[in-house]
Amino acid sequence: MAKKISILIVDDEESVRDSLFNWFIEDGFRVECAENARRALTMLESDQFDIILADVKMPGMDGLEMLRRIKDIKSDSIVIVMTAFATVDTAVKALKDGAYDYVTKPFDPDDLTHLIRNATKQISLAEENETLKQKVISLENVEDLIGKSAAMKNVLRQIESVAQTNSSVIITGESGTGKELVARAIHANSPRKFFPFVSVHCGALTESLLESELFGHEKGAFTGAMYNRKGRFEMADSGTIFLDEIATISTKMQIELLRVLETKTFMRVGGNKEITSDFRVICATNKDLKNMVEKGTFREDLFYRLNVVNIEIPPLRERKEDIPLLVNYFINKYCMSMNKPPATIDIAALNRIQEFNFPGNIRELENMVERAIVIGNGKRITLKDLPEEKTFVSNSIESLDEFEKAFILQILNKYDWNISRTARALKVDRVTLYNKIKKYDLKLADQ
Amino acid sequence: MQTITLVSFGQFPKDILEKTAEAVVEEYQCHVNMKDGHLDMGEFFDAARRQYDGNALLKQVQSMSFPESDKCLGVFNVDLFIPILTFIFGQAFLGGNTAIASIYRLSNERYGMLPDERVLADRLKKEAIHELGHTFGLIHCRDPLCVMRSSTYVEDIDQKGQHLCASCRSILEI
Repeated sequence: MAKKISILIVDDEESVRDSLFNWFIEDGFRVECAENARRALTMLESDQFDIILADVKMPGMDGLEMLRRIKDIKSDSIVIVMTAFATVDTAVKALKDGAYDYVTKPFDPDDLTHLIRNATKQISLAEENETLKQKVISLENVEDLIGKSAAMKNVLRQIESVAQTNSSVIITGESGTGKELVARAIHANSPRKFFPFVSVHCGALTESLLESELFGHEKGAFTGAMYNRKGRFEMADSGTIFLDEIATISTKMQIELLRVLETKTFMRVGGNKEITSDFRVICATNKDLKNMVEKGTFREDLFYRLNVVNIEIPPLRERKEDIPLLVNYFINKYCMSMNKPPATIDIAALNRIQEFNFPGNIRELENMVERAIVIGNGKRITLKDLPEEKTFVSNSIESLDEFEKAFILQILNKYDWNISRTARALKVDRVTLYNKIKKYDLKLADQ
Repeated sequence: MQTITLVSFGQFPKDILEKTAEAVVEEYQCHVNMKDGHLDMGEFFDAARRQYDGNALLKQVQSMSFPESDKCLGVFNVDLFIPILTFIFGQAFLGGNTAIASIYRLSNERYGMLPDERVLADRLKKEAIHELGHTFGLIHCRDPLCVMRSSTYVEDIDQKGQHLCASCRSILEI
């Protein structure tokens, strides 16, 4: 038993209270007793009990009235009513009013044990459910979207305002900018958050597979369809469906999708029964859908149906001020998942990372940090831990001289200013390298 | 070393109380004194239920004076009940100094089977060790073989062992 379950016994007969008290105490429960309903309600104001075991017939307020009052205060309370006279009417009335169960006195010891065991199981399931809900919320929290740049703040604002609505959303942005994370954040902050978030990568599936994936299929609908299978639209009932790479779907699927979005009804492949599902749709693409509409490769009516709200995620190179925050976030994330103490990053290494333009956006930055933690000493990320094959020469450099200076410095740093090894790597002789160092006034401190 | 008094009320099969006393000595490393108790059982009889009031008997045994004893186990041969339950095998004051147990529902004959003295003795030993365990402050244990496992049917008593599990022993530091 993870936590000590508490039981409140409410009965006007002292012998009954004492008997139950002793019985439950021996089972390791926390037990309190009240001699009448008023006393029990007073106790419930200041203390919480997992299970309330109450007699129906008591002087003053009876057990059924007490049950109604308890349910008004806390609707999920587990109240078991005890009665000396088993009348169907009383039992039905108690159950209708929200009692968990009822028992007739005297009980068989085994019945009492099973009753309390089942109630305890329900309590732990409810607690587990609540914990999991909290975990899901924390996993999908909008706070996972890191950024203090104006562009990112704007994205966060849009997420918050659109989350409360049911509108369709198109998220645009380059590959690796975190489009699915934004979709999850919208879902996690919406009233649908306790229902499924179903993600479909349209680009990874052929037309027929996508059709079966989205709508489901009936047994025998095609070769290999051995069982009935729910589609993603059906799974997303009351929740959100996220269609990634929406620009890749065929014209036929565009027509099908438009119909489903308009009616929220569909049929499984090979089926003849209409299925209704209440889902919210969020799409993502790294393509210019408007351009595709103009070219005739994407249906205009579907575009307008999907594009009620458009959230554009800026590429990482346009919000470089967010890089230190992201780097710290990924360092903490990977140190924690690898059970390592929190690492720090060398200022030189951080500066070098900021010079890069990250065509793969945050995904690339994340991979870089993960790799640095894996191969590094685990305490401090330095230049040595960054990938060798990456060129960190700044994109701002335009002249050949500046490029040459930066490149030679990079290779010198790579070989710890060992002139022979650097010259060999650059395929020049040592004299040429010395001349270049002198020409560009390169010093060890320049790194 | 603690001293436990085993007081018997009524007639019992030959040697069963001695065997129970030996089991208690072995389990709790204590002295056991055996005594015959005398009570007017009519005072504890509930005519409506045709059973004997376990709560009242427990209190009665507690009130008996055994100056040389730290704890007392009353052993009965009548059907015990407490107001809320149809029957009990025994009961105790948790962390107190008194417990009671009855052999009434422990015999095979009660369940339509042939008598078996060894089985009856084993059941009483387990019940005595169990109820005394409560007086030492032990609550019901989840270990299926531990003698402190809760038993609501006689089959449950047969399934569990006669000894405390390591966890319960560590609580008692024995």
